[in-house]
Amino acid sequence: MVPLNYYLVLSGVLFAIGTAGVFLRRNLITVLLSIEIMLNAVNLTFVAVGRYRGSVDGQIITFFVMTVAAAEAAVGLALIIALFRHRETLSPDAFTALKW
Amino acid sequence: MSWVPAPEIIAKLGLIFVVFNMLVLSAAFMVWMERKVCAYIQDRSGPNRVGFEGVLQPFADVIKLLFKEQLKPKAADTILFAIAPIVSTAAAFAAFSVVPFGTEVNPFGLLEHPIPLEITDVNVAVLVIFAITSMGIYGIVLAGWSSNSKYSLLGGLRSAAQMISYELSYGLAMVAVIMMAGSLSLRDIVINQSGTWFGFIPRWYIFLQPLGFLIYLIAGVAETNRAPFDFPEAEQELVAGYHTEYSSMSFAMFFLAEYINMVTVSAVATSLYLGGWLGPILPDWLGWVWFLVKVFLILFFYVWMRWTLPRYRYDQLMEFGWKWLLPVAVLNLFVTAALVLWVG
Amino acid sequence: MDVLAFYVFGAIAVIASLLVVGQGNPMHSVMLLIVSFGALAGLYVLLDAPFTAVTQIIVYAGAIMVLFLFVVMLLNVPREEPAPPNVSALLGPTGMRLGVVLSLLLGAEILWALGRVGIGWFTQGSSEKSVSSVALIGSGIFLRHAFAFEATSVLILVAMIGAVVLARREHS
Repeated sequence: MVPLNYYLVLSGVLFAIGTAGVFLRRNLITVLLSIEIMLNAVNLTFVAVGRYRGSVDGQIITFFVMTVAAAEAAVGLALIIALFRHRETLSPDAFTALKW
Repeated sequence: MSWVPAPEIIAKLGLIFVVFNMLVLSAAFMVWMERKVCAYIQDRSGPNRVGFEGVLQPFADVIKLLFKEQLKPKAADTILFAIAPIVSTAAAFAAFSVVPFGTEVNPFGLLEHPIPLEITDVNVAVLVIFAITSMGIYGIVLAGWSSNSKYSLLGGLRSAAQMISYELSYGLAMVAVIMMAGSLSLRDIVINQSGTWFGFIPRWYIFLQPLGFLIYLIAGVAETNRAPFDFPEAEQELVAGYHTEYSSMSFAMFFLAEYINMVTVSAVATSLYLGGWLGPILPDWLGWVWFLVKVFLILFFYVWMRWTLPRYRYDQLMEFGWKWLLPVAVLNLFVTAALVLWVG
Repeated sequence: MDVLAFYVFGAIAVIASLLVVGQGNPMHSVMLLIVSFGALAGLYVLLDAPFTAVTQIIVYAGAIMVLFLFVVMLLNVPREEPAPPNVSALLGPTGMRLGVVLSLLLGAEILWALGRVGIGWFTQGSSEKSVSSVALIGSGIFLRHAFAFEATSVLILVAMIGAVVLARREHS
């Protein structure tokens, strides 16, 4: 059997990779993909701990997290399309009009 | 001989081998049946030179395709171009893995316990089929994109949009059956359909859900990109289509995937609505014969529809899927839910 | 056997995620993320959660990623450009220095926190329940968490309307 900690370590590693992606990448779509990686890592934690405690609540929460992630991806992509139409580029450095 | 695996594993592997070969043979049979049925509908006689009544024609086609040159456009994305037919075909085969086609048999009395005739039975089998069918969309989209031609891309995107739109009605029709059967496992759904009313009408769900069956079939035809919903594939054949840049075996794999998707949709339709392997005269262990008969009937209906009905235009197709089929499927779901609650 | 499957799926998930973050072509990033989702679905099956695994494939890999794919293809997203030259010395080229340090700190902190907790072993035998897990999940969602379910439906409706409005072309 695999102990719970293995799953938590894996999920921590995935979350860190997602965070690194959000910081490092200069392409808005890849930033959104990294956010999806982070949400998946959180889902894995929920399911693992739910299984550890023998309750099905972990899976119920992941159901809601997936739904929220879908809604957020849809709105995020619509924003990206609108931004791309405006500036013809997807680099975050082009949208610095509100910077000090 | 201590490394010989247990007989159950050998039986399972044998079952996988049988199912895989049956699927490939059924695709070949479909090629022949399509051309023959099309010919008779059009008042001619179809392939009749290769083998008796042209039965060996699909094999001749495969040999011809094998010897063709494999082309690849220069600007195409190599990895994605190679992966696209593989994804399509793999998804088509994998979706059949949870379809049960017979009751428990004991082949030649060799095994201790009889094995059920299916590759596996998960308790979320209906959702697995739905999930793997969604994966099949990627094969088409990647084929359209990686060919690096505007027309291929548009064909691929239209095809994918059509498949996504009709997936909703497909799922809702399945949910109505699940509500009546109370389980997501296809084997349980078929077993719930055994027995008869008044001694001669079998308890198949098609009699309880005629509208659901119709919705499922229409959505299934649209999912597999077959006529009359094959606009992305046929009309643009004059210009392009998502598989234009493919030749030889890759092209064959796309068509293999399409025929096997048809077989899977028919197999799931018989399990959900027509009582799977249940049938009157034959003994239980020959149930797979009834299964084959019912699947063949639905496949014949598929081919018949293709050569009889004209093709939908793309915007008519999308409007039909969203504005007509989806509300009807939701209505069917409501009525079924109400009946299950009140009548039981 | 379970341990081997865990290592295989875990390795696929980590390598695919690293490649998503690390490599340049956005189309390949999207496909690699789908591979990572598939590996996670395998992990959910190992955790006795078949419904979550199948829902992950249907919702994430089958719907959300198709959305990403459509946007990447329609916008013909190019490979990313290098950062403009006038960034501050703290951020370094492409903000890498601070970003890398922060991510490594986050990873190290999570691992440290996990190290302080004892090893937790899963309880055996939760897979022999008489009621299937899907029925349990269904009764949980619709009975105990009914409000969250309804709120999520409203959220999806709002997101749909918002996405349609935001991505519409201006006809003026």
